[in-house]
Amino acid sequence: MERLQSEVAEALGSHGFGEAAAFAIRLALEEALVNGFRHGNRGDPSKQVTVECAIDAGGVCIEVIDQGEGFDPGSVPDPTAEENIEIPSGRGIMLMRAYMTSVEYLPPGNRLRIVYRRDTQA
Amino acid sequence: MAQQSYVKVHHDPECTRVEFTEKHVIDEVVIRAIGNELTKLVDDSSRPRIVVSFKGVDHLSSAALGTLLTVMNRVKAKDGHLRLCDISPQILQIFEITKLNRVLRIEKDLAAAKASLATPG
Repeated sequence: MERLQSEVAEALGSHGFGEAAAFAIRLALEEALVNGFRHGNRGDPSKQVTVECAIDAGGVCIEVIDQGEGFDPGSVPDPTAEENIEIPSGRGIMLMRAYMTSVEYLPPGNRLRIVYRRDTQA
Repeated sequence: MAQQSYVKVHHDPECTRVEFTEKHVIDEVVIRAIGNELTKLVDDSSRPRIVVSFKGVDHLSSAALGTLLTVMNRVKAKDGHLRLCDISPQILQIFEITKLNRVLRIEKDLAAAKASLATPG
């Protein structure tokens, strides 16, 4: 995972992305990968997570595909709700949504597409 | 074989002070090890007073947030106190987005954290 992150960081640098963009994309990619391994593949070491990444001067599109059955992202409880705020898990999707331009789970929910557009991010 | 340590622990008169040795607190193995070390500090104290400094930390994941919450709950169960400090604006934003700045007690720096332990609210 660290090698992938380094390659993405290098590509971002070569396209002139700044520190804030690099921070956002690194965080989102990390959360996406962890979710793919832990929740998508349910920690099964025989299953893989595939990453497809396209980077150009305008932005980044990353797809993270796990070998799980998929899920309904709408079923994930709001981690900021009072009854959930002290629960240790469930914040990855929220952070991805906060830092990326778009976050989309494609049916059946085992292919995650996260997009960062330079022209829409602060 | 001894597990690698990812924190430095200082036993000050007012508190146990913890600093991270990693600037990226995102790797699951690292976070699990940090969680184990913090848990041991809590378990070894009758009434823990722990300050976790984020000086030098420039990346944090949701798994790290989860570990901090678990530690906070253990500290609270022992009627202790946990403070976080020296958090960069970028990392602080993660706490604000997740609203954990309302649950975890965050102070500007070590001096403020120690002062808040002198009069814990």
